[in-house]
Amino acid sequence: MTSELDIFVGNTTLIDEDVYRLWLDGYSVSDAVALRVRSGILEQTGATAAVLQSDTMDHYRTFHMLERLLHAPPKLLHQLIFQIPPSRQALLIERYYAFDEAFVREVLGKKLSKGTKKDLDDISTKTGITLKSCRRQFDNFKRVFKVVEEMRGSLVDNIQQHFLLSDRLARDYAAIVFFANNRFETGKKKLQYLSFGDFAFCAELMIQNWTLGAVGEAPTDPDSQMDDMDMDLDKEFLQDLKELKVLVADKDLLDLHKSLVCTALRGKLGVFSEMEANFKNLSRGLVNVAAKLTHNKDVRDLFVDLVEKFVEPCRSDHWPLNDVRLFLNQYSASVHSLDGFRHQALWDRYMGTLRGCLLRLYHD
Amino acid sequence: MPGKLKVKIVAGRHLPVMDRASDLTDAFVEVGARSCPSKHRERQVDDEDLQDEPLQITVLDHDTYSANDAIGKVYIDIDPLLYSEAATVISGWFPIYDTIHGIRGEINVVVKVDLFNDLNRFRQSSCGVKFFCTTSIPKCYRAVIIHGFVEELVVNEDPEYQWIDRIRTPRASNEARQRLISLMSGELQRKIGLKVLEMRGNAVVGYLQCFDLEGESGLVVRAIGTACTLDKLSSPATFLPACSSPSKDMKEIPFNEDPNPNTHSSGPSTPLKNQTYSFSPSKSYSRQSSSSDTDLSLTPKTGMGSGSAGKEGGPFKALLRQQTQSALEQRGGSPHRFCRRREFPFFTLTAFPPGFLVHVGGVVSARSVKLLDRIHNPAFVGIMGNTRSYKLLDWNSFNSDEPETRDAWWAEIRQEIKSHAKALGCHAVVGYSESTSICEEVCILSASGTAAVLNPRFLQDGTVEGCLEQRLEENLPTGCGFCHIPYDELNMPFPAHLTYCYNCRKQKVPDVLFTTIDLPTDATVIGKGCLIQARLCRLKKKAQAEANATAISNLLPFMEYEVHTQLMNKLKLKGMNALFGLRIQITVGENMLMGLASATGVYLAALPTPGGIQIAGKTPNDGSYEQHISHMQKKINDTIAKNKELYEINPPEISEEIIGSPIPEPRQRSRLLRSQSESSDEVTELDLSHGKKDAFVLEIDDTDAMEDVHSLLTDVPPPSGFYSCNTEIMPGINNWTSEIQMFTSVRVIRLSSLNLTNQALNKNFNDLCENLLKSLYFKLRSMIPCCLCHVNFTVSLPEDELIQVTVTAVAITFDKNQALQTTKTHVEKSLQRASTDNEELLQFPLELCSDSLPSHPFPPAKEHLESASSNSGIPAAQRATSVDYSSFADRCSSWIELIKLKAQTIRRGSIKTTVTVEKASPMGEGNFRNRSAPPCANSTVGVVKMTPLSFIPGAKITKYLGIINMFFIRETTSLREEGGVSGFLHAFIAEVFAMVRAHVAALGGNAVVSYIMKQCVFMENPNKNQAQCLINVSGDAVVFVRESDLEVVPTQQPAANCHPSCTEGEVTT
Repeated sequence: MTSELDIFVGNTTLIDEDVYRLWLDGYSVSDAVALRVRSGILEQTGATAAVLQSDTMDHYRTFHMLERLLHAPPKLLHQLIFQIPPSRQALLIERYYAFDEAFVREVLGKKLSKGTKKDLDDISTKTGITLKSCRRQFDNFKRVFKVVEEMRGSLVDNIQQHFLLSDRLARDYAAIVFFANNRFETGKKKLQYLSFGDFAFCAELMIQNWTLGAVGEAPTDPDSQMDDMDMDLDKEFLQDLKELKVLVADKDLLDLHKSLVCTALRGKLGVFSEMEANFKNLSRGLVNVAAKLTHNKDVRDLFVDLVEKFVEPCRSDHWPLNDVRLFLNQYSASVHSLDGFRHQALWDRYMGTLRGCLLRLYHD
Repeated sequence: MPGKLKVKIVAGRHLPVMDRASDLTDAFVEVGARSCPSKHRERQVDDEDLQDEPLQITVLDHDTYSANDAIGKVYIDIDPLLYSEAATVISGWFPIYDTIHGIRGEINVVVKVDLFNDLNRFRQSSCGVKFFCTTSIPKCYRAVIIHGFVEELVVNEDPEYQWIDRIRTPRASNEARQRLISLMSGELQRKIGLKVLEMRGNAVVGYLQCFDLEGESGLVVRAIGTACTLDKLSSPATFLPACSSPSKDMKEIPFNEDPNPNTHSSGPSTPLKNQTYSFSPSKSYSRQSSSSDTDLSLTPKTGMGSGSAGKEGGPFKALLRQQTQSALEQRGGSPHRFCRRREFPFFTLTAFPPGFLVHVGGVVSARSVKLLDRIHNPAFVGIMGNTRSYKLLDWNSFNSDEPETRDAWWAEIRQEIKSHAKALGCHAVVGYSESTSICEEVCILSASGTAAVLNPRFLQDGTVEGCLEQRLEENLPTGCGFCHIPYDELNMPFPAHLTYCYNCRKQKVPDVLFTTIDLPTDATVIGKGCLIQARLCRLKKKAQAEANATAISNLLPFMEYEVHTQLMNKLKLKGMNALFGLRIQITVGENMLMGLASATGVYLAALPTPGGIQIAGKTPNDGSYEQHISHMQKKINDTIAKNKELYEINPPEISEEIIGSPIPEPRQRSRLLRSQSESSDEVTELDLSHGKKDAFVLEIDDTDAMEDVHSLLTDVPPPSGFYSCNTEIMPGINNWTSEIQMFTSVRVIRLSSLNLTNQALNKNFNDLCENLLKSLYFKLRSMIPCCLCHVNFTVSLPEDELIQVTVTAVAITFDKNQALQTTKTHVEKSLQRASTDNEELLQFPLELCSDSLPSHPFPPAKEHLESASSNSGIPAAQRATSVDYSSFADRCSSWIELIKLKAQTIRRGSIKTTVTVEKASPMGEGNFRNRSAPPCANSTVGVVKMTPLSFIPGAKITKYLGIINMFFIRETTSLREEGGVSGFLHAFIAEVFAMVRAHVAALGGNAVVSYIMKQCVFMENPNKNQAQCLINVSGDAVVFVRESDLEVVPTQQPAANCHPSCTEGEVTT
C-alpha cells in the first residue's frame, strides 16, 4: 500500500507557524519531519510519523503555492485562491521577508547581482544557514531593490507600500537597499564587530540627512536627476564637503578649535589628557573622511575609515562611551564659534549624521 | 418571458503575461451566452434560455498576427437573478479560469437582468421556483405545504467521446464538456421547476443533482428534490417598519424594473404563491406527461433483464408483500385527484419541521446492477455531430424505446423502495437519496431512505390520512414518538424484538433503529454521538459485460449483509442503540467491490439499553482457544465500558423488568445468520431481524469473523477534545462557537501486491480511512475542542489498484465548559430548540434591518481599526490597489448589452504604467479613494464561509441568494511541473473553493451552506505526465448575520450606503 496522493484543502487555508518557519529555513520535508518529531509533537498529540509526514507535505505544498504570491505581497491580499485571515497574511509576509542577521551581514553592501548569488554556497557553509534559505533572503533583497530602485519618494514608504512590511522590517530593508546601492564596504575584518543594527542605524541617519530626499524641498524640475531621492547620496553635498578641509588645513583654525573644545571639556572628561593629545589626529581623521567622499571608492570605504580614524584610536585609549559623546558634541558645536569658518550649515549636515553614526559604531 | 441582460466589465487584475517579449498582456473580453455568438444585432433572450445558459465571459489576449490566445473564461449562472427576491445584481471579482492553466487572474463583472414579466404566454421557464440544496426547511422560511418528490433526468452524449475529440485540443474538449454539463443542469433545473409549479409549489428543497459519466454511452444528469410551498417568515415590517424598510429600499429601488419586487415584505402573512404564480390547474395537468414520470402501473421486477441484482427474497418477501397489500388497500380507500402525481411519496429532506415526522420504520434501500449500452440513434448522432450547437437532447423527445431506460431503471428502484416502506407499515420515505457507481459498462444504481409515517398536516392531499388518524389520536409525548413502531405489532412483517418505549411506556419500540435522516430536534439523547463506519472490500474476478454484472449481483447481498453486521457490531461496541444519517456506498471497480457505510451512532433514551457482544467459539474443546476467546471477550467488554464513559452514556437505571430475551444458544444463532445472509440483501430486513437480540453474539468460526473482531478493536477513538459525526449536528453538543473550518481531503493509495486477499484488502482500506481520520484530527488540533460534522466519505476506484477516498466535512468549535452540562439540561435544551420558531419571529426584525450589512466585505469599524493599529501596511495596500484597478476601470467602464452580443475590446494597460497613471489621473488622492471605494474597496477579499451544514453556528441566515451548482474540469500535461498529482489536485480544489466563494460574494452573500462536493473524478497518467480531474460542487449561497452583530445594527446602518449594489444602481440609471 503506497500513498499516491494525499491532500487536505481547507476553505480557510491552514497555516502552521512552526512548519512555516521550517520551510522558510529551507529544510526539506524529511528534515522538517525529523525536526518536528524531535520537538515532541507526536507525544503531545498522539499522532504517528506518517500523519506528521502527510501534514508537513501539505503545508509545504501550500507554502510553495503561496510563494509566488509572496513575491508581490499586495497580490496576496487580493488573490482569491487562498482564504487567509488578514492577521495571518501579515504573518506570512513578515516572516517571508524576515532575514537572518548572520546572512545579511555577509551580503550587506555587496552588489545584488548574479555574482554575489554564486557566493551563496560559501555564505551558506559559513553561516550554517541552508542554501535554500540564503537564496530566499538574497532574492528578497534583490526583489525589493529592483522594485524601489527607480522610485521617487521615501524609501521606507515605498518598501512598505509595495511589500506591506512592518515599519521595522521596512526600515531594515531600506538600509539594505541603501547599502547595496552605495556599495559600502562592511566585510572587512575591522568591521566584523559591527552588527547589522549598527549599519542600519547609520543608514537611516544617512538617508535622512545626506541624500537628495533629505533636502526636503520638492524638486523644481522633475526631469532632473532627482529620481532616486532616497537611494543616492547628494552629490553636491559630497562635493561641498571638500570645503571642510580648511578646519585642519588652516593651523590657526585647528588650534582655535582645539582650545575651544579643551576649555569646554576640561574636568568633564575622564580621558581629557588623551583627548588633548589626540585632538589633532582625530579632527584630521574626521575632516579628511569628509573631504574624500567625492570619490566613489572612498564613499564605499566610509565605515572602514571611520573605524580606523576615530573608533580605533579612541578605543585604544579606553574612552568611555560617555566621553566620546561629550567630545563629539563639543567638537561639532565648537565650530560655530570659529569666526573664520563659513560653512556652518554644511558642517552641521555632515557632523550631525556622523556624530550619530560614530556613537553607534563605538562599542566593542 | 423575454428579458434583458446587462453585463458590465469593470476591471481586470493579476492577468498572466501573455507576451513574453514585452511582459504585457493585451487583454480583451468577449461576452456571450452561446459559444457561437449570433450575428443578429438584436436577439430576444427568452428566460428559458437564460435559465439553461450560463453567461460566458471569455478573456483573450489580442495578437496582431496570429489567432488571439485564450486567457480563460468565467461562467456565471444568472439563475439567482431570475428569482424575484434573491440577488438583484451579480457584482464582483471572478477568477478567470482555464481548464489547462487553472485560475489566471480575475475580472470584475456586474450583471443584471430585467425580465419583462407580463409576457407570460408559454410558460416554459420556471422562473420563480427557488432551489435549495439544504435538506431541511431553509432557516428563514416556513413550510406551508410539503408536496413531495420531484425528479428529472437529462441524457446527452459525452463530448469527450465524440469523434471530434480526436482532432480538437484538450482545452476545447474540456470547455465543451463543462458547457454541456452546465447547460444540462440548467435545463434539468428548469424542468424540475416546471414540475414544482404544476404541483403548485414554489420551491425545491433538498435538491440533489448528480452526473453519471457513463463514458461511451453518454452523460446522464439527474436530479431529485422535494417540492414545497414555502412562506418567508413573517416580515419585520409589522414590528420595526422604520428600521427595516430603508435598508431594504436602498437595495431594491435601483433595480425596481421588476413589477412586483419583494411584495412579501409588506404583507406578512400572505403566502408566497398567491402573488407570484398564476396559472390554472388544468394547464398544469396537461403537462403531466412530461418526460420522466413513468407510470406506476409497470411491475418493476419483471422484464428489466440486464443483470438486475437478484432481489427476490425468500419467505421474507412474502411477508413484505402481505403488508404492502394491506397498506395499499388502506390507501385505495380514499381516491384522490392528486394520487397519480404522488406516485413516490419520497422526501429528500433529512430534518423536518416539528411534528412532521410521526414514526420511523427503518432504513429501506434497493440496489440494481445494470449494463450500460451505447444507443445507436441516427437522429442523435445527427445532431451531436454539430458541435457548435449543443442542442440538448431530452431522451423523451426521441420517439424510441431505448432512451427511456434510465428513467425506467430509476422508476424500478423507487418502486422497490416504496414497497419496502409499505412493508414496514409506512406510507412515506424520508431522507431519500440516490446514487450510482459506474465501472466500464456496469452500473450499480442505489437508492436508500428511511421509511416513515408523516403528519398529513403538512402534505397537500390526504393520501395518508386514513392510516394515520388512529395513530394521531393517541397523544404522543415528544422525544420518543418517532421511535415507536409504525407497523402492526401483531402482524409484524418480520421477526423483530419489541419492548415498551423507555420514555413513555405506552408504545412499542424496536431495540435498535437505523435511519438515513438527521436526529430529530425533539429526540431525547443520552450522552454524545459518534461517527461509526463499516468498511469492506471484496475481490471480484475481472469479467466482461453480462458476466461481470452477474458476478457483482452475486456479491452484493453478501456485502450488504457484512456491512450491516459491522455496523451493528460497532454500534454495540459503542454502547449505543440508534444510527442516524446512515449512508451506505457500494463502489464497483475492475476487480473489486468496496462498501463504505457511515452513520452517526447515538443512544436514544426511548430505546432499550443495548446488550453487549458475546463471543462464541466454534470448537469449545480446545483450551488455549477458549482462553483466547475469553481474552477477546474481556477486551470487548472493556472497550464497551470505555466507550460508554467517553461518550457519556449513562442512562438512568431501569427498575422495571427488562423484557429482553436471554442470549440465544450460539448454534442456533449461527444458523440464523447464515440463512439470512443467503436469502436477503436488504438492510432493512437484516436490521430488524438482528434487532431481535438483546445481546449480540459473534461466532468466530472462520478467519473472516476473526478479522471482524479484530477490526472492531482496532478502530481508534478520536483524540480527546474531538468528536465526529456525519449528521448536521452532533447529538449532545449544543453550544457551538463561531469558528468553522470546512475542508476537503483526498487520498489515493496504490495497492501493492497483485494477488491480494480479501483480508489484506480490508486491512488496507481500513487503514486508509483510519489514517485519513487521524490526519484530520492532527491538522485541526488547534481547534480543540471541536467536532467534525457532516463527515462525508466518498470512495471511488479509478483504476485497477487505486483506491480514492474523498472526505468533506466541517470542523466546528464548541464551548467545552457548557458541553459538560448538556447531559443534565438536555431535555430542556431540546425543548428550547423545538420552540426556536417563536424565537425566530421575535428576532427577525433585527435581522432584516441589517440585511445589507453582511454583504459589505468588512465592517468599516474594523477597517478603521486596522488602519489605525498599523498605519503602515494596510493603507499602503489600499493606495497601491486603487491605482491599479481604476486605471483599468477608466478604460473599460461601459455597459455591454448581451442582446446585441457585441464583443468589446478592452486594452489593458501594463502594470508598469501604474505609477504614471497615478500622476496622470485628473483626480486628487482623496477623490480617488472615495470613488474607488464601492466597486473595488475589497482591498482585502471578503470572507466567504463554506459549510456542508444547513446553518452557521452563532449566526442567523437572513437571506437565501440561490443555488450554486458548478462543474469544473482541470487538465494538465505538465503534471510533474505542477507538483505531481498532489500538487495538481491541491491547487485545483483550492481553485474550486475560490470560484465558489467568488460567485457567492458577487451575489452579495457571505457564506455557502449545504455545500457538497458531489463528484471528484481524478484520472492520471504519470507516464504521459498528464492528469485530469472533474469536480462538481453545489450549495446554497446565503447572507448571514452574526448573532452578536445583531445588537449593534442601528449604529452601523450608515455603512450600508457604501454597499456596491447601491452605487451600481446609480451607474445604471
